[in-house]
Amino acid sequence: MSTASVPLPNWITYGLMPLLNLLMAFLISGLVVWSIGEDPVEALKLLIEGALGRGDAIGFTLFYTTSFIFTGLSVAVAFHAGLFNIGAEGQAYIGGLGAALVALSLDHYVPWYVTMPFAVIGAAIFGAAWAFIPAWLQARRGSHIVITTIMFNFIGAALMVYLLVNVFIVPGKMAPETRTFLPGGQLPKLDWLMAWFGLKLGPAPFNVSFLIALVMCFLVWLLIWRSKLGYEMRTLGISPSAAVYAGIPYSRTVIIAMLISGGLAGMMALNPVMGSSARLQVEFVGGAGFVGIAVSLMGRSHPVGIILAALLFGILYQGGADLSFEMPNITREMIVVIQGLVILFAGALEYMFRPAMVHLYQRLKRA
Amino acid sequence: MDYFDILVSILGSTIRLSIPLLFTALAGLFSERAGIFDIGLEGKMLAAAFASACVAYLTGNPWLGLLGGIAVSIVFSLIHGFASITNRGNQIVSGVALNFVAAGLTIVLGQAWFSQGGRTPQLAGEARFSPITLPGVDLMRDVPVLGPLYVNVISGNNILTYLAFAAVPLSWWVLFRTRFGLRLRAVGENPGAVDTAGISVTWLRYRAVIVAGFLCGFAGAYLSIAQSAAFIKDMSAGKGYIALAALIFAKWKPVPVMFACLLFGFLDAFANFMQGKAVPGIGEVPVQIFQAMPYVLTCILLAGFIGIAHPPKAGGVPYTKER
Repeated sequence: MSTASVPLPNWITYGLMPLLNLLMAFLISGLVVWSIGEDPVEALKLLIEGALGRGDAIGFTLFYTTSFIFTGLSVAVAFHAGLFNIGAEGQAYIGGLGAALVALSLDHYVPWYVTMPFAVIGAAIFGAAWAFIPAWLQARRGSHIVITTIMFNFIGAALMVYLLVNVFIVPGKMAPETRTFLPGGQLPKLDWLMAWFGLKLGPAPFNVSFLIALVMCFLVWLLIWRSKLGYEMRTLGISPSAAVYAGIPYSRTVIIAMLISGGLAGMMALNPVMGSSARLQVEFVGGAGFVGIAVSLMGRSHPVGIILAALLFGILYQGGADLSFEMPNITREMIVVIQGLVILFAGALEYMFRPAMVHLYQRLKRA
Repeated sequence: MDYFDILVSILGSTIRLSIPLLFTALAGLFSERAGIFDIGLEGKMLAAAFASACVAYLTGNPWLGLLGGIAVSIVFSLIHGFASITNRGNQIVSGVALNFVAAGLTIVLGQAWFSQGGRTPQLAGEARFSPITLPGVDLMRDVPVLGPLYVNVISGNNILTYLAFAAVPLSWWVLFRTRFGLRLRAVGENPGAVDTAGISVTWLRYRAVIVAGFLCGFAGAYLSIAQSAAFIKDMSAGKGYIALAALIFAKWKPVPVMFACLLFGFLDAFANFMQGKAVPGIGEVPVQIFQAMPYVLTCILLAGFIGIAHPPKAGGVPYTKER
């Protein structure tokens, strides 16, 4: 008998199974840590302390979380429409260009809260534009979106290096980056929010884009589950042929879904570019676009799940950096391994435990 | 230097830069022709490069290094197979995951074992594949045109280079002239028909991904113990994705795959050569244009402006036997 069609209650599908998958990823990571001669339990303790132990640590954790919420939402929106957007990395990179152009042109004249809405729009438009060509190719020419978005990550990286090295570089400086934005082009830190909880932010770059990310979570929820467009996207994602039967225009829905996805990825740039370094730098995305894949898979493409999964990865990124100071044997790249394992177990092997779960559940129900 | 010498030197480095692409693209060819998308080529190449360098360092023997690389690469293939064939998981997600695992694990283990910041120790000469001088080099040296080409482009490469070029007709023969190849291609187009004929889809696809792992092992070994003398972190540097682009550019056919890899290798070699040089009348051409070129070309091809690329029909779709 096939177990694939047996329905399971939501708390197993959305609660227990992701937890089991996460546990597997951590068990194997623990094995890796143990195999290089370190104590996994001690490492986990250091990691959590490093991520949540102090005010500034929490600030850094939430800073990373902010980036991952944006990219997680980006991947999730495309996912609902049945599209796999691997290009969030490149879209965020180009989105940074949009944010930086706004900041560079307005920071002399207006305060940050005037710059901010324009920067959000600029970042979103540039990110969306970078998603548009792959989307158009998928919708109209049938080229596989996974391949084209991968290609566009590389093209985007080459373009940005060219622009930073040849166009935006400050004359007389060696570093390929723009000039530092004035306060009018920066997003202020959220130290008041931390102060509510009696925590000191310190040097951590936790900033207003976190609030923008939360707003976007709500908007994405509205879009996906409370709007006609979202309904059409989900229909397309579950069954393209049913969508066509129902009169849902394929090309239009694919392109709009990808534009929204690219826009959300582009907004991620607000956080590092305007919220932290106050300038556009080479490779500022730093893999956050790819973390978005893991976040979206972990969070089952739901905004609440994405916030939780982004927080988890925020903890891993901040804690992992701290851990590599305390245990030099465990380099920062250990996070990349964990990330890969989470994607493997929560994504590719998500059904591995399902047959066992179904048997267990049926036995429990009978008992 | 006159133009001919420049050309010869660019062609020489074209060959060197194409080889890892060629092995990897052929690996992707076997996997994708059997209906299993393989985004994880990059990761397999990287993992194999690391394993080859470690084994070659410990044993001092490049052949054992190559074997080590192949073994690790096949393990990655089997995980990909387990996820995407046995568990019917998303093949792309699985490939992405394996790329991350490889990228992270090579550095973590490298640092833990050798403490050189993710590098492996420098290999001694005999632990690497060294250049082979073909017979007749001395005779040919003075022949105009053909001489320098023979001496600098065809001769003087390591054994893996020649194996890569031998793998092209061999792959063609396996895919298009053997029963295994026919079935492998069939399983990528219509697995239901293959199943009806009483042939195991699962086993066929597993064999295809194992072949892919085998070939990626060569690519990795080439990077770390033939082209370089150590593993350096992230040394595959996106070559797996360029190989994927070459595979699509060649429309999933073995001989065009070779030409696509040579073209992308040439672009890379040309970009290296052009770095910091000015073109008369245009000025300095940014190297980023050459770096982006393989990806741009592939997108244009995918858009259907240079012929149409038909991927294997069942590519990316897990096969479910019962409904």
